[in-house]
Amino acid sequence: MSGAPLNLTKGPDETFILNLGPQHPATHGVLRIKLTMDGEYVVRAEPVPGYIHRMHEKMGENRTWNQYLPNPSRVDYLSAMAYSHAHVAVAERAAGLEVPPRAEYIRVIVCELNRVSSHLVWLGAFLLDLGGFTPLLYAFDDREMILDLLEGITGSRLTYCYHRFGGVCNDVDDTFVRGTKAFVEHMRPRMKLYRDLVTDNIILRKRLTDIGHISADTCRRYGATGPVIRGSGVPYDVRRNEPYSAYPEFDFDIPVFPEGDCMARYLVRMEEIVQSLRIVEQAIGRLPDGPHIAPKVPKIMKVPPGDYFFATEAARGRFAIRAVSDGKEIPYRIKLRAPSFSNLSLFEEASQGMMLPDALALLGSLDLVIPDIDR
Amino acid sequence: MKNIIRDSVAGFKTLVVGMRVTIDQFFRRPVTVHYPHEALKMPDRYRGHIELVRDPETGKSLCIACKSCEKACPSDCIFVDGLKREGEKRKSATEFTLDFTKCSLCGACVEVCPTDALRFTKSYNLASTQKQSYFFDLMKRMEEQKK
Repeated sequence: MSGAPLNLTKGPDETFILNLGPQHPATHGVLRIKLTMDGEYVVRAEPVPGYIHRMHEKMGENRTWNQYLPNPSRVDYLSAMAYSHAHVAVAERAAGLEVPPRAEYIRVIVCELNRVSSHLVWLGAFLLDLGGFTPLLYAFDDREMILDLLEGITGSRLTYCYHRFGGVCNDVDDTFVRGTKAFVEHMRPRMKLYRDLVTDNIILRKRLTDIGHISADTCRRYGATGPVIRGSGVPYDVRRNEPYSAYPEFDFDIPVFPEGDCMARYLVRMEEIVQSLRIVEQAIGRLPDGPHIAPKVPKIMKVPPGDYFFATEAARGRFAIRAVSDGKEIPYRIKLRAPSFSNLSLFEEASQGMMLPDALALLGSLDLVIPDIDR
Repeated sequence: MKNIIRDSVAGFKTLVVGMRVTIDQFFRRPVTVHYPHEALKMPDRYRGHIELVRDPETGKSLCIACKSCEKACPSDCIFVDGLKREGEKRKSATEFTLDFTKCSLCGACVEVCPTDALRFTKSYNLASTQKQSYFFDLMKRMEEQKK
């Protein structure tokens, strides 16, 4: 070795780079965040996505509409139902396909159950980030009941592939209806348990209140949606603002908390579980009879030429598909609008000047799913 | 000063409430099973990898080698070959292989099959260090089940 000796004296700029991820317990997947740190404080946080990019959009361009059915549920594996819903709905809108009311109700029920299970995973993982291990086990216990219910009707526990053009692939049976009613009954007292165990806990309150403030304006500028924008006081929910499926027929509230801190986002999600249970209860109570899939669905889906768009409210926010068709069996272009991507983009601005543990709390409260960011 | 005491007392109370939940749960029955000593039953609609269905009358596969499944598969993991034997009305499959390394278990093949010659298995315990062990010869598998 030759040359100049290593300069070990500190220069005027005493910041250093800290890599958070791509393999880190607090990043829930392969997200890398390049943190420029000044001691314990974050000067700059630069997210580096792309480690789990799987070309889902490109795959949409080289396979038929039908063959793309398994893909959307793999974009965000935690709220697979809402993603599949957007995909089949954009084709239905384009082809003018009528969906039977029973199918719409089933879709709403499975989407809302899926939202509850997604929020339960978030609850467990978020508290895990903050250093509380046991709530994860409670949350997964409840989530397991949802997975069993959905497995019973779809045959799969995570990537359901349940939606079909014009309906759903299997009808729900009595076991599912009974199980769902029992689950709603079971979940109500559990929400009190979560409140006693977690929400009201002084340690959690002190850890989250007034931490990670995001203003409504920041949310709007970055296109953040879902619980993130609702935790900043904006009552934006696709189910209300652009009603789709059977949602207008149900009575439910959009939980909004104006504080914009981590606690507000936490409370929005906990309240959303309660609201989802309300929707499930109403839908399962007046589930209409009839077919679970439209009678005349072409075996190979063809969509008239045009530019189509459909948005659904997934657990993390607004998921939308834009599909451009040139009239062939294969779409010309599929564009996926993933909520996690927009929610992540505000992290750089929002985390400036925060302490590292607080920045991790903020990251956890955004509820990111990395495959959803990278697509 | 007064506030600090009040906060501390209120904060301590929340910890006691949380502890009570923990103690309650401590005396609950376990929700897990001791896999692999016990295993849960898979639901009827469980989607494992596919297998061929035998015709109960002839004992042969119901497959007519129409290749619908091959075309419907998004992952290109099915290969079917068949021929028309003498004295038979329809084609029958001579070869049916599944490349399970690529399969995403979407079920498009089962849905598209005109003769219901495919069904899902309930096997979920597949583990191997060899890629070859996931190239399933489904004809052979069906023959072996016969014995």
